[in-house]
Amino acid sequence: MDFLSYENLRLIWWLLIGVLWIGFALTEGFDMGVAMLLPFVGKTDEERRVAINAVAPHWDGNQVWLILAAGALFAAWPIVYATTFSGMYLALIILLFSLFLRPTGFDYRSKIDNPKWRNSWDWALFIPGVVPPLIFGIAMGNLFLGLPFHYDEFLRSYYSGNFFSLLHPFALLSGLLAVSMFLMQGASYLMLRSEGTVHERAQVFLKWAALAVIVLFSLAGLSLWFGIDGYSVTDGLSPDGPSNPTHKTVVMEAHAWFKNYSTYPLTLIAPLLGLLGALGAWLMGKAGRSALAFLNSCLSLIGIILTAGFSLFPFIMPSSTHPDHSLTIFDATSSELTLQIMFWVAIVFVPIILTYTLWGYKALWRKYSVEYIRENDHSLY
Amino acid sequence: MMFPDDVVDLSRLQFATVALYHFLFVPLTIGLTFLLGIMEAVYVMTGKEVYKDMVKFWGKLFGINFALGVATGLTMEFQFGANWSYYSQYVGDIFGAPLAIEALMAFFLESTFVGIFFFGWDRLSKVQHLAVTWLMAIGTNLSALWILIANGWMQNPVGAEFNIETMRMEMVDFTAVLLNPVAQVKFIHTVAGGYVAGSMFVLSISAWYLLKGRDVAFAKRSFAVATGFGLASILSVILLGDESGYTAGEVQKYKLAAIEAEWETEEAPAAFTLFGFPDQEAEETHSAIKIPYVMGIIATRSFTEEVTGLKELIENNEKRIRNGMLAYALFDKLRKGEGTEVDRESLQRLQSDLGYGFLLKAYTPNVVDATEEQIKLAARESIPQVAPLFYAFRIMVASGFAILIIFALSFYSMSRRKACNNRIFLWLCVLALPLPWVAIESGWFVAEFGRQPWAIGEILPTAMAVSSLSYNDVLASFIGFVVFYTVLLIIELYLMIKFIKLGPSSLHTGRYHFEKQHGRSAESVFASKSNDLI
Repeated sequence: MDFLSYENLRLIWWLLIGVLWIGFALTEGFDMGVAMLLPFVGKTDEERRVAINAVAPHWDGNQVWLILAAGALFAAWPIVYATTFSGMYLALIILLFSLFLRPTGFDYRSKIDNPKWRNSWDWALFIPGVVPPLIFGIAMGNLFLGLPFHYDEFLRSYYSGNFFSLLHPFALLSGLLAVSMFLMQGASYLMLRSEGTVHERAQVFLKWAALAVIVLFSLAGLSLWFGIDGYSVTDGLSPDGPSNPTHKTVVMEAHAWFKNYSTYPLTLIAPLLGLLGALGAWLMGKAGRSALAFLNSCLSLIGIILTAGFSLFPFIMPSSTHPDHSLTIFDATSSELTLQIMFWVAIVFVPIILTYTLWGYKALWRKYSVEYIRENDHSLY
Repeated sequence: MMFPDDVVDLSRLQFATVALYHFLFVPLTIGLTFLLGIMEAVYVMTGKEVYKDMVKFWGKLFGINFALGVATGLTMEFQFGANWSYYSQYVGDIFGAPLAIEALMAFFLESTFVGIFFFGWDRLSKVQHLAVTWLMAIGTNLSALWILIANGWMQNPVGAEFNIETMRMEMVDFTAVLLNPVAQVKFIHTVAGGYVAGSMFVLSISAWYLLKGRDVAFAKRSFAVATGFGLASILSVILLGDESGYTAGEVQKYKLAAIEAEWETEEAPAAFTLFGFPDQEAEETHSAIKIPYVMGIIATRSFTEEVTGLKELIENNEKRIRNGMLAYALFDKLRKGEGTEVDRESLQRLQSDLGYGFLLKAYTPNVVDATEEQIKLAARESIPQVAPLFYAFRIMVASGFAILIIFALSFYSMSRRKACNNRIFLWLCVLALPLPWVAIESGWFVAEFGRQPWAIGEILPTAMAVSSLSYNDVLASFIGFVVFYTVLLIIELYLMIKFIKLGPSSLHTGRYHFEKQHGRSAESVFASKSNDLI
């Protein structure tokens, strides 16, 4: 079989989009986590500047993972991009508005040495720390529940829910889980990049964040098993058929979100990694081993995101009102040619990006302390 | 103009607002990164500290601008799916690719290195830092390339075919999309416009320092760099603008005819209407002042080819709309699985007119049952509104030539070493600051308003491209964008003006105006102006 068959390309793009969202969660996870911690780990302006400067040179590059993830959805899964962003319209607008505060917060805060000005920007940075993971978590939770959308005969999408219908208890649970994940990532990163009181306070937050991840992730699993029906395709889905999501049959059934784990037991690694990583982050944080704590936190995030992907497979977004119109990785993609071109572009550029990103971290690597901030008052944020 | 009362027009207004805001910041980013690269290259080659200070100071202003470029840019990546959902589904197979490549190839480069640019001064060698600055500039320019390849495809959709099984346009020739002639000329015209904005920014502010008589050595050097780069850039803008006219004449006849308010097809070579009052109802231009031959030469590069007038375009479009109805009927039949192989072939033949059939959807959802009146109306509305385009284009061109005069004068007097003495000329330079933005924003308007009624030229009407959102949702987001962006813009301008007033003294090197003056009064001036600034 040809390696780059339409079916394989679709599988590869499912993995690649997963990789992009993982890239987003790992890097923006600590940017946003640090922003969430900002008002709490820093009591004074200088302490807050320690936290800010620990992410300042890199947050903008990291944010591109989010932009790329959205761009890749557009290119590889256009109908998913079209349906989700217009369906969850107000949630998306709130997400965007919160993100506007980040570039301005980072760049403008230090420009004027006035407590009122700086305190305002501290909160302006806190908001885009909390709101994005909350919204992404809620959106992710809703993928498990299914969203109320359908298509007409021209594949125009219609969405019959509203903003408040997104706030199902399971979705909120998933939102809190995402916030805890980013908090854990931010706290362990801040431990790694700071010294003194900020480092110590981050250590305390890491413990609670890791605990919250373990509890919320387990609760999410339990509620899926006991309370929430999954979806499964019974007929009409061809892995190399045309990308039209209206030709298959889908039913709702209990425990459907667990089916892949019995079919492919190897996938159980993902939830295990999610739990053990968080446990490891907690233990390593307690032991003061910042680098290992950060590494464990990264593994936990990877595990949890993979768990979501493995559970939903082959679904991307099920429809609660018209299950047959659910979007799957086999009937919601771009054409074979586009997937192929984008595959080669990604294969060439992702390694290049990783190389210069890592070089950037290496070139600017150091631990930040209040003393260092004081000495470089004019050149730092 | 009335406030839009339907989702389509409101979504258009929101898109235009968001894009025009974004485009206040982007050209300056594109231009300044290159100027920073040039200044830093001079620093590395000559070792003169003043050039390093120039990079740092103009870099500071660049950073203030860049923050809002990023903030407003985020919306751009998400709003196609949010507000133009059918568009995203219908052409995402082609349009999504350049957007994703833009992130992979350009945004990562730009955003990774912008951080290192600001924080790497003490951590990198001189040459390493120079490389970082240039990578940032290249990233910025590459992003312009990919977004204009995407936009070029909206204007001139090459390399794609309709697929009835997936109900969308699909890519058949990626090279055609890449090498789209419209994208090529647009790219150079747009980035050169950015270089002009960056140069004018440095020129105007330097002129102001020269008028104030402070930090003269710093200001003169900045003035000189801006003059050289600005003159070269405005010349390419004008030249490539002319090239855009030629390309538009080939692929977007309706846009060109509307810009020129050319109602009748004139005998070759057509005259250029310098000014007048276009009247859409009467289909004529009142009190037009015309220059013979010029239009024909710009649009066709010949003395013998005709430039098609709007009335003739409307007539042609009426025919295409009728063909479009046939195409739509076949499309409907095939979609329901009732079509034969013959139908499939006929649709293949009529495919290029299917979009014209869609134009009727605004009048009758079934298309095939359109009345004669509806067809005529759709044909009349198949060209853009003439007057706004006609005026916007003239504002753009007039600003362009005014900018050319400024840079030419400054180049001339610099070559005679007089530029920095003539106060009237320096004031002129200060006052010219808004001109590039006037030209750029009206240029965007000409390009995109001139594409109407199409979202994708002759393929997908704007009215069909929109999401199935409620009016109130879009109204809420529109108000949010306007308020939020305006507040951020005010904060940005406040910081910008504060730092411009302070000048290179904000670098805390001890070498500049507010830091050098002796005596208590001067110190207190510095204290009041600079102590609370980093």
